[in-house]
Amino acid sequence: MPWSKIKPELNEPDFNNVTGKDKRIIPYADAIREALDQALSLDANVFVMGQGVDDPSGMFGATLNLHEKYGKKRVFDTPLAENGLTGIAVGAAIGGMRPVYFHNRPDFLLLAMDQIVNHASKWHYMFGGAVNVPLVIWACIGRGWGSAAQHSQALQGLFMHIPGLKLVMPATCYDAKGLMLSSIADNNPVIILEHRYNFRHKGFVPKEPYRIPIGKGIIRKPGEDITIIAASYMVSEAYNAALELSKDGIDAEVIDLRTLRPLDEELILTSVKKTGRVVVADTGWKTGGITAEISALIAEKGFASLRAPILRVACPDVPTPAGYTLEEAFYAGILEIVTAVRKLVKCKERADAKKITLK
Amino acid sequence: MKFSQETLLRLYYDMFRIRKTQLRIESLYHLDEMKTPIHLCIGQEAIAVGVCANLNKYDYISSSHRGHGHYLAKGGDLKKLIAELYCRETGCSKGHGGSMHLVDTSIGHMGSSSIVGGGIPTGTGMALAIHMKKQNCVSVVFFGDGAADEGVLYESINFAIIKKLPVIYIYENNQFSVCSRVSARQAGEVVFHAVAPEYMFTKTVDGNTVLEVYEAAREAVLRARNGQGPSFIECKTYRVRGHAGAGSDAKLGYRSAEEIGFWESKCPVTVFCEELLKKGLITQNEIQDMEQDIDLEIDEAFRFAQESPLPKGEHILQYLFSE
Ligand SMILES: Cc1ncc(C[n+]2csc(CCOP(=O)(O)OP(=O)(O)O)c2C)c(N)n1
Repeated sequence: MPWSKIKPELNEPDFNNVTGKDKRIIPYADAIREALDQALSLDANVFVMGQGVDDPSGMFGATLNLHEKYGKKRVFDTPLAENGLTGIAVGAAIGGMRPVYFHNRPDFLLLAMDQIVNHASKWHYMFGGAVNVPLVIWACIGRGWGSAAQHSQALQGLFMHIPGLKLVMPATCYDAKGLMLSSIADNNPVIILEHRYNFRHKGFVPKEPYRIPIGKGIIRKPGEDITIIAASYMVSEAYNAALELSKDGIDAEVIDLRTLRPLDEELILTSVKKTGRVVVADTGWKTGGITAEISALIAEKGFASLRAPILRVACPDVPTPAGYTLEEAFYAGILEIVTAVRKLVKCKERADAKKITLK
Repeated sequence: MKFSQETLLRLYYDMFRIRKTQLRIESLYHLDEMKTPIHLCIGQEAIAVGVCANLNKYDYISSSHRGHGHYLAKGGDLKKLIAELYCRETGCSKGHGGSMHLVDTSIGHMGSSSIVGGGIPTGTGMALAIHMKKQNCVSVVFFGDGAADEGVLYESINFAIIKKLPVIYIYENNQFSVCSRVSARQAGEVVFHAVAPEYMFTKTVDGNTVLEVYEAAREAVLRARNGQGPSFIECKTYRVRGHAGAGSDAKLGYRSAEEIGFWESKCPVTVFCEELLKKGLITQNEIQDMEQDIDLEIDEAFRFAQESPLPKGEHILQYLFSE
């Protein structure tokens, strides 16, 4: 799977339990494209901008040929100037438009941090609610085929830190469409971090427009023994890990956060209350990242429910290496999740044993 | 260009009002009741007034940390400005912004940034919104020579030219970024040395002469309204007060008292007043009447601010997100 090409060859895990023939299965990129197509046709204030949104590959297919349907005024290529163009998108949003600004990779958002962090995220609060910034910024986390240190950064931890930004990380084709439509309809700046590996998937997507509430997660697989919390592509890994673990008789619950800000605390804490054990898994770095934040949340608000330490599965704290042997060592996934769960569930047996002997 | 007496008096009144507001803020600042950093625009009033006199309520402006003049010249509410300096709930930003973050959406002031240069792309983006919505408005971006050092200026102008946006860049060259002279930071004599005039209407004017600013801005605004794209006007001026806070900073020694004195003698408000008097367009009595009106309005604004409630700590989370 060379770098520039990604093919939707896999069926995503059957999260929605849709196996019937009448269910429409489409590739991940098409789900996003359909959301944009519908948003553009339903609201004249929506527009799509970004480097290469009108090029022959159409942003991994997500914006393919939309410029032909809606014209180059509403779907336009931009100069590289990421900070300036983000400010321009912010200004357009202040002026009543609903821009959707596409970037290939989150790494490039680092050039726009001034406008994202100092401006977009502050405007509503800093002016006592007088102005809205309905802006969507989209970027796709890279992975594989030597993407290396500057084309693969999973920067959700950085963006999650900023009050005033909403942070959305879809895991399924269904969500890629529904969350895009919700993000465009939201009156606040929303960052959507996609993951390259999701673009390998096909899945169930209804044709009509629909929205998924921002700030609510979803249980992808109910379970009793342990909670695995993940977002974006890591949900697939977590789900497959849970299936693997069920062979050992371990019944894991899998939470897909869908949005990291606002975070669905209730869903997390309710699940932890039930299971008492947690693995938090993420596609990003460990230190100061989202696994750290969610673990802290559970320690603060759900400590009494915990029957074992929280374990985290994340990338080691180094830049992404290019070489494939190193890359393989860098990324965590199903294997690390299964290992972490097994550690905790052993821990459970010991705890139960102790309880029994105490009786 | 011929100006009606009414226009001339209006320009004078607006400058005088901004000046007197600044002087009142300055005179009370030591009491430490306005707990917010202030950046006075004393000596730069002609730019805000000369530009905004060409705008209507629906035109946008983008401003900066030194934004009291822009806000008032565009028609922003004086009471809400002073209340914001007193960090009151009745302030234009409900006490969330302070002196550097003013807003009055009812007159097209959509919020000022204290990140130097931050308002340049956002103001350009507001012009993009105007352009896409096919509105007959313009967007004016006020920024200083420090902001001209920032890359977003190049990025924004380039985009504005490509899209022929109705945006007017008003470069207030007051010659300093804090204590650093523009000549130490800018390669060219004028900042648009990099932008050829065939791509954009450019002009340099004496920023202390309100009629010069007015005329240049008028041309730029007309061009923008006619779909002829962006303009860039450099207004040469000088910051006579210290960078922040009240009073002179002559004692710091980065510039001479003579230099400051020279520019004080070119005061845009006094010099214009003298001209009006000389031409018999205004009388001392009329000036006194104006002053009285302005003083009363300022008294009232300060009273309003001081008597207004402070925001309550328990409401700190309010306004994080819009519904
Ligand atoms: C990006 C950024 N860098 C530095 C500062 C600190 N700072 C605040 S005001 C200022 C001077 C800006 O000069 P200029 O743009 O000429 O405006 P003036 O103060 O002269 O009106 C500086 C450097 C800042 N607020 N933002």
